[in-house]
Amino acid sequence: MSAARTRCLTCLVVSALLAGCDRGPLADRATRTQRVSGSSRLPSNVHAAPALPVHFGVGRAATPAEIAGWDVDVTPDGHGLPPGSGTPTQGAQVFAAKCAACHGPAGEGQVGAAPAGVPPAPKLIGRDPRDGFPFGQDPKLVKTVGNYWPYATTVFDYVRRTMPLTAPGSLTNNEVYAVVAFLLAQNEIIDANAAMDSASLVAVKMPARDKFVPDDRKGGATFR
Amino acid sequence: MHEDETTGHRSADSTSGTLASDSAPEPRGRRITRRGLMTAAAASAGAAILARLPAEAQSPAGRAAPATPPTQAPSPPQTTGAFDLASVPADPTRAPGPPTSTLGARSPFETPVRAPVGVISGSSYTPLQDLAGTLTPSDLVFERHHAGVALIDPAKYELLIHGLVELPTVFTLDDLQRLPNVSRTCFLECSGNGRGAFKTPKREMSPQAIDGLTSNGEWTGVPLAVLFHEVGVRRGASWFRAEGGDASRLSRSVPVEKGLADAMIAFAFNGEPLRPANGYPARLLLPGYEGNANIKWLRRIELADGPGMFRDETSKYTDPLANGTARQFSLVMDAKSIITAPAHPGRLTPNVWTQITGIAWTGRGKIVRVDVSTDGGASWLVTELQEPVLSLAHTRFRLPWKWDGKRAVLMSRAVDETGAIQPTLAEFRAKRGAGTDYHFSYIRAWVVEADGQVFFGADL
Repeated sequence: MSAARTRCLTCLVVSALLAGCDRGPLADRATRTQRVSGSSRLPSNVHAAPALPVHFGVGRAATPAEIAGWDVDVTPDGHGLPPGSGTPTQGAQVFAAKCAACHGPAGEGQVGAAPAGVPPAPKLIGRDPRDGFPFGQDPKLVKTVGNYWPYATTVFDYVRRTMPLTAPGSLTNNEVYAVVAFLLAQNEIIDANAAMDSASLVAVKMPARDKFVPDDRKGGATFR
Repeated sequence: MHEDETTGHRSADSTSGTLASDSAPEPRGRRITRRGLMTAAAASAGAAILARLPAEAQSPAGRAAPATPPTQAPSPPQTTGAFDLASVPADPTRAPGPPTSTLGARSPFETPVRAPVGVISGSSYTPLQDLAGTLTPSDLVFERHHAGVALIDPAKYELLIHGLVELPTVFTLDDLQRLPNVSRTCFLECSGNGRGAFKTPKREMSPQAIDGLTSNGEWTGVPLAVLFHEVGVRRGASWFRAEGGDASRLSRSVPVEKGLADAMIAFAFNGEPLRPANGYPARLLLPGYEGNANIKWLRRIELADGPGMFRDETSKYTDPLANGTARQFSLVMDAKSIITAPAHPGRLTPNVWTQITGIAWTGRGKIVRVDVSTDGGASWLVTELQEPVLSLAHTRFRLPWKWDGKRAVLMSRAVDETGAIQPTLAEFRAKRGAGTDYHFSYIRAWVVEADGQVFFGADL
């Protein structure tokens, strides 16, 4: 990081608050070291280590283009969704060509034995059970995009960055929109003709959206 | 570890290692050098010695010692010094053994191995029953990958930190190593550890098969708080989203508070650079948090105002509960323990002293007590904990015991500094549900049958 890079006052203040002091995140430790070494009689040529700088100036500035190239994840607010669109019909073709070999023609999960070195591909399509969310009670239930995934954007993000397993990141944005539309339509979450794009995908409400709760475990005698 | 530009430490260390093997003082009365061994090879006694060496070690070209101190790094190792069971003499006091070697091999009598599932999105299990003390040897640390092991050139490694920061910054591995570093010993456990024992239990399961997805060792790296300070985290940044550089681009969201508290970008484990399977050249380390969130091959951290809701924190690594909900961001590991001996497939001899021993750990600080029962939980005995007990680390417990020859049910129960007590299987099922998917922290049981054979008490 060049010395020419400047910091705004807010940053300094916030950083100071986050670090608990205005001398950097390691200041407490440095102070402790100095106190310890200062508390005993040191030989005349042994001194406490000097104070650490507020910043070390390590690293280089990331360019906007660099960040844009790496920052491709997609989140529920639509952050990261690219231009493009796709329909369930288009997605059926993509799925048949790129996904069905592992996930099955109807997204039912691994058909037959998985290839060596590859785990069985999970089931993607299925809404059972329609009532409630009894996954904690019934170990036999199979989780799918339709019955368990809480955000449609997560499907887009995962497919785009990691699928197909043997060629991750190889689908075009239109192909990803299409295959996500196919999965959502097959799971009876969107209309069979509904096109998915950056606006419509964010608006999809998944059946399991409200089933997730924050962690309430705190330790202590009560097991949760 | 990377070469230090200013001192050239890397080549200096490598060179001194080679020199030490030839110039270090020999033990009195037993001066044996490689050159001496080569000379001795002419004699019959010497030939017998040489026959016991690994094949590679017998090549003079491969073992030639430098005549003068080398000025460059030595050529790649020619032998790992592996030992051969067939070469073990009847009386090792009657003939010299093999010479020094480039790497330390295990005794041919000890062959601990991980148990790999063998798929790119899968696990290999640590042989807990073969380990003593608290540390996990680097080559036995469990694996859990989501698209295989990413192989990364450290010279090309970069970590991008961006998002709600003042100065989006790219750090090289050298940058990370030049910043103030810290080391700490802690456990790292996959939150799916114990799933097989819970969902598809078998009496023939070993500690490795039951709970082999946990490890413990010394990590070295740069505190994430230092990096956060360098980039200037903006107000409103409450979570950071970490992405791995593997083919699954495994991504998780973590509260910023954890990043400031004790998170680390680790580049070394047990004194050496990370193994590829454990995230080489650098990974996220979140002491006490579930393994999956400790992103290996870390390449990007984005500061944000909320979690990313990635696949591995929504459809996976969430805990369906008995009450019809699913717990999300259950990052902290619960208090837990397992007896690693006696255990299946062991067999006990009646009326002789042995010891019940195992490991305990918690994601909420220190283990303060581990109780052991030999009567299926009707009564408990306090065990001795190995000091020093470290926070967020495996803690070894031991209890000397004489088995009386009658059927016994052994259990261990960890208690941590928050007062959390490891639950019974029945309590666990009632609270979490039979269909829950992670954090299987209930009490494990071993059944000692009357004939001394030990089996996993799957339903106890």
